[in-house]
Amino acid sequence: MNNLNLIIQREYLARVRNKTFIVMTFLSPLILVGMFSLIAYLSMLNNSETHTIAVKDDSDLFKGEFENKEEIDFVDVSSISLEEAKLLVKEKEYYGVLYIPNTQDNVELAKSIRFFGKEAPSIGILRQIERTISENLTTRELISRGLDISQIKAAEAQVDIRIENFEGKRTSKMSNYIKMIFGGAAGYLLMMFIIIYGNMVMRSVIEEKTNRIIEIIISSVKPIQLMLGKIIGTSLAGITQFTIWVVLGAVLLFITSSLTGMNLMEAQPQMQEIEQVSNGEIQQLIIDITNLPILTLIISFLVYFIGGYFLYSAIYAAIGAAVDSETDTQQFMFPIILPLMLGIYVGFFSVIENPHGTVSTIFSMIPLTSPIVMLMRIPFGVPWYELAISLIILFVSNAGVVWLAAKIYRVGILMYGKKPTYKELYKWIKY
Amino acid sequence: MDNLLVAENICKQFGNFTALNNVSINIPRESIFGLLGPNGAGKTTFLRIINQITMPDSGVVYLDGKALHPNDVGHIGYLPEERGLYKSMRVGEQALYLARLKGLTKAEAKEQLDYWFTKLDIKHWWDKKIQELSKGMAQKVQFVITVLHRPKLLIFDEPFSGFDPVNADLIKNEILQLRNEGATILFSTHRMESVEELCDYMALIHESNKLLDGKVDDIKRAHKTNTFEVGMNPFNENELLAELKSNFKVGKAQFKSLSDDLKLSIQIKPNESPNDLLQYLITKSRVNHFVEVVPSVNDIFIKTVTRNE
Repeated sequence: MNNLNLIIQREYLARVRNKTFIVMTFLSPLILVGMFSLIAYLSMLNNSETHTIAVKDDSDLFKGEFENKEEIDFVDVSSISLEEAKLLVKEKEYYGVLYIPNTQDNVELAKSIRFFGKEAPSIGILRQIERTISENLTTRELISRGLDISQIKAAEAQVDIRIENFEGKRTSKMSNYIKMIFGGAAGYLLMMFIIIYGNMVMRSVIEEKTNRIIEIIISSVKPIQLMLGKIIGTSLAGITQFTIWVVLGAVLLFITSSLTGMNLMEAQPQMQEIEQVSNGEIQQLIIDITNLPILTLIISFLVYFIGGYFLYSAIYAAIGAAVDSETDTQQFMFPIILPLMLGIYVGFFSVIENPHGTVSTIFSMIPLTSPIVMLMRIPFGVPWYELAISLIILFVSNAGVVWLAAKIYRVGILMYGKKPTYKELYKWIKY
Repeated sequence: MDNLLVAENICKQFGNFTALNNVSINIPRESIFGLLGPNGAGKTTFLRIINQITMPDSGVVYLDGKALHPNDVGHIGYLPEERGLYKSMRVGEQALYLARLKGLTKAEAKEQLDYWFTKLDIKHWWDKKIQELSKGMAQKVQFVITVLHRPKLLIFDEPFSGFDPVNADLIKNEILQLRNEGATILFSTHRMESVEELCDYMALIHESNKLLDGKVDDIKRAHKTNTFEVGMNPFNENELLAELKSNFKVGKAQFKSLSDDLKLSIQIKPNESPNDLLQYLITKSRVNHFVEVVPSVNDIFIKTVTRNE
């Protein structure tokens, strides 16, 4: 036990003192924040660009209907011919020409409107124009059929379905998105952690092998102690790095947003949908977030993190022991990445579609994918017995995998100059 | 006899390959024991079994009369053939770490390190990283790390391979001194000269089997050929040669001599006395040189190996 502590200490310090580790720890949040700021800035730049659209309205129905907005200016060019209008647009570098022909029949007119431009117009602008024309034409058609517009307006029903669960708690329609974001982020974070720090464990095993210090160490400690110490020490270094990232990221985000005066939140796309939601809904949203099983989420993140990370790190350590250099690891990488990817994809497609469907449930039981898939399911509420079964499977298979990995590790660290095959690894297990 | 280490009937197989076949070896206390054998004979596997790095398929190893236990690592110091250190770790920190893995407390480890670093005059390396040291310097550090915890049993696998001559000599003297201070030393080598120089006992392993073992002097005695190298100026060379050849096995010999000698190697029968030979020779020539040929370990090695093939 004492030796395990010593090994954990050394592995932790070796990781944390590494120059690349230090540089990456402090540079990554800068890069990330820089990237976000750049995206935010660019999308702001994009939005602030004004497009001028020439309108040639031969039908004379839309005089003053097209209102100038922030990003679109409309110029009336009805007095000149279409060809002249096109030339004018080219000359003045307008966005395009909207051509409304002179047709009396509304339905016919709706089909014959054209837009001429150097390139295809953005969908957002096209939608706005379409909506304006379509509302106008619908009203006209209704009037021409002898209907009273004011009556129709009065008859329109605004439907807003309130969603409540059986305990009577109100949730907003956004709640599913929130759950998805929280669950997805947790699952994704776990996958990144496994890949980054699993690789670190593997590299450090290879380093010990190439440094030829391994035999000196295992004449003092059991190989499994060394392996476990390495995995634990590296994971602690990882947790340190993540903590620094979270703190630094928050501080940097705060500084940049207050310095540039721009609201980064507005730049994020999903927030546009929120804009359309009423104030009451936003309040509901905040209640939704606080209603999430935050404590369960944090605890299960930790538990699944420990289980999943140990499972994969043990495999990474065994691979590191089996090879002589990092270039030899390629053939063993695919089987590791595959279940991780599968977990993420099942999470993003199946869990969001149907969090408690058969596929989601099965994948949240299989130990190689359960940490990711279950984490994504937890915000949607998972019965405790399913959690228990999934965790039992995870930790039992964990013990098995660590045991197997330790066997490969024990033999592998003393093997030099052999490029192992899967068959060879199987033989090592039996030694 | 009082043995520190007793290995009984050790067998080890890797798949279809037999690394050790029923090998038994006794290592007397406070001796230097040489494990001899060509490359691939099974020496390293044997040393790894003593270090509990590899488990034997069958057989038992006793240290101090008790079957080997995981806690015994503190009583053993091991310098493997494949040796190295963490490149980016500082010398002092690394030595402390490895000493503490052997069960020393931090204070004990520091005290011992201080003693050894002062003795080998490498104290100023404490804060250097291994990658800043030359190979020879790293070897010194490795040696210190091996002996730091004052183990009863020191095991060196090919200690002189990779060491430069200066360090090899230094290590040799330290090994002798450690033996005199009460440690028992086991080392493996395929370099026979080092056995001649250092070892009190030896064992010969060839193709997974132990071919012979015992006290080096006893083994040499058992392998003596009753051959004498003679350097002389005969009064009548032809007559002497003819007489010698009719009574003994005579060959040409090679050795250094100041006078212009006739150099011969003469083998007498086991029941004959060298005195009789010498007395006869004195009457026939002026004898400058008369030495019994002691078989070298190398000769014994080659003879034993070829006899068993």
